[in-house]
Amino acid sequence: MPRLTPDPSFYATPAEAAAGPPERLGYVVTLNTGTNGDRGADGLGVLDLDPASSTYGRLVGRLDMPNIGDELHHFGWNACSSALCPWAPHPHVERRYLLVPGLRSSRIHVVDVKGDAAREPKLVKTIEADEIARKAGYSRPHTIHCGPDGIYVSALGSPDGGGPGGIFLLDHDDFDVKGAWEADRGSQELAYDFWWHLGYDTVITSEWGTPKMVEDGLVGELLLGNQYGHRLHAWDLKTRRHLQEIDLGPEHQMVLELRPAHDPRQAYGFVGVVTSTADLSASVWLWRRAQDGTVSAKKVISIPAEAAETGQLPPILQPFGAVPPLVTDIALSVDDRSLIVSCWGTGELKRFDVTDPDNPRETGSVRLGGIVRRAPHPVAGPLNGGPQMVEISRDGRRVYLTNSLYASWDAQFYPQGIDGWLVKLDAGADGSLTLDPDVYVEFRGERPHQVRLEGGDASSDSYCFPDH
Amino acid sequence: MHGVGPWVLMALLGAYHGINPGMGWLFAVSLGLQDRSRRSVFRALPPIALGHELGIVLVAALVIGLEVLVDSGPLHLGAAIALIGFGIFRFLKPHAHFRWTTMRVTRPELTLWSFLMSSAHGAGLMVAPVLIGLSGSSSAAAAQDHDLHEMKVGSLSIPETALAITIHVAAMLLVAGTVAVLVYDKLGVRILRKAWLNVELLWAGAFVFAGLLTLFSV
Repeated sequence: MPRLTPDPSFYATPAEAAAGPPERLGYVVTLNTGTNGDRGADGLGVLDLDPASSTYGRLVGRLDMPNIGDELHHFGWNACSSALCPWAPHPHVERRYLLVPGLRSSRIHVVDVKGDAAREPKLVKTIEADEIARKAGYSRPHTIHCGPDGIYVSALGSPDGGGPGGIFLLDHDDFDVKGAWEADRGSQELAYDFWWHLGYDTVITSEWGTPKMVEDGLVGELLLGNQYGHRLHAWDLKTRRHLQEIDLGPEHQMVLELRPAHDPRQAYGFVGVVTSTADLSASVWLWRRAQDGTVSAKKVISIPAEAAETGQLPPILQPFGAVPPLVTDIALSVDDRSLIVSCWGTGELKRFDVTDPDNPRETGSVRLGGIVRRAPHPVAGPLNGGPQMVEISRDGRRVYLTNSLYASWDAQFYPQGIDGWLVKLDAGADGSLTLDPDVYVEFRGERPHQVRLEGGDASSDSYCFPDH
Repeated sequence: MHGVGPWVLMALLGAYHGINPGMGWLFAVSLGLQDRSRRSVFRALPPIALGHELGIVLVAALVIGLEVLVDSGPLHLGAAIALIGFGIFRFLKPHAHFRWTTMRVTRPELTLWSFLMSSAHGAGLMVAPVLIGLSGSSSAAAAQDHDLHEMKVGSLSIPETALAITIHVAAMLLVAGTVAVLVYDKLGVRILRKAWLNVELLWAGAFVFAGLLTLFSV
């Protein structure tokens, strides 16, 4: 039966979303690398996140993908709060399906998580790589965003593994591939993440590399030649045209996760840069759209590399004698006040107060794993891998974190292999960040990647209306 | 249909379109919120009403034009088929729409948006049987009066049609404006979660019903 009122997990404003009921379930994709000797399918795990439950902090359900070798990575909802946007309203669709792409296989799995399926997810459709290639000309789907008028998906490249990467659209009713999104891509060639300022018709995209540049691991010559992505691109959401290229400087290699302000009246956001070839530092940049529509960006956080003995380092880092922080993910709280930054190399999760976005202030830090440090968790001893995909609950109080990046890159930076873990941290009102000793999920022979929370989280929804 | 019935129906349909968040008042509210300006809410309403009116004028022109060309029997049949067909389409694809516009709109874009929105919703189409009803009542009255000097095209007078559309759009604008101001000033957009009712199936059913009524009212 269709819904009579809008889906209760659709919120008009960010503050309304933050005040909604907390998540009781979480979803996490797992990558099977065959470290147990037999290579199984990647899966979608269901986490019990209800503190009152006897299975709190444990995996309580799972869906195996039908094929082996998908490399599940990021995923997202079929619909979210943006369905309330008055210019393309469809308020009575449900937040019901998770769209789970295989970054290597280019298959997109459509998974039902409504009702009983919330704990026993059901695969209802598979969009094959061939359909995406045929109708959109793209391959290696990455980020999923529920848009006001359909589902937007970014893709790393073309079916032959080269460029350009870009964005394509899926129908929000039947998940048919509608085609490439861009009417004019201008100078854009590399792709990775995308998100938007719905109040300003502005889309921002970032750059990693084409499939050929990333699938067999980080290519040293490309990195030292500053060939990975180092730009942002601004687009017009209405005309689908490229407006502007914002070059962060060629040494700022791999411009990844985009976190625009949730307040639709604000036109700024944060983006993480994995590493600088000048000094191995990592950075976070603030972009801002001016009144005249031009977008500029400036570095607001810089995190230095940490010196290390050559013997402690994997071969790829030995020439440098240092561990780069490798900022691979960032998350912005729904109230736009708190930014969490993952340093996958040094094994640190940092929290910044970004109430004044031009001047972030570090207020908390937790050490976990890391290439050299291997910082322990209270219940697990020394960890390998490091803080990677990070997600914040809508109310901003809980942070969920996993430790693997991308199989071929995991092997270069953590050559001993990564034992998967997922942890929860508490984000205090005082700006602190502390580990919750009760939630430590261990994965055997599998590595967890992105986490999504029931009813939406800080990186899943965009809001059409400002508060007050 | 005779007497005041069709006029009241035109006003009620206008009020219904006015209260529907998808037909424009919510867009006006969001533009006001984005600009922090109550004036923006009011500025958005006339282009929205104009677009809605254009959608209805289009259907009315079609009805009047067809009345010249065909007899009332086939006209009723054609209108009935169109209504029933559209109703079934809305049942099957309740979310179907064109690719609309986006948040930052000029007034002409807002008018076009409202025109497309009301057309896809079938606002104009729903008015067709009422206009046909009006034409039935006016030609019946004309037959009694033997007054054939009225300006008429077919059996539906242009002033009557214009009045009917004006009543419809005035009702729509009045209700949309009242709701927009109420939500902007007092209720806030959080009301959407409870009050944005899904009447798609009811609306689709209304088309089939109106189609059947038109079919059997020759």
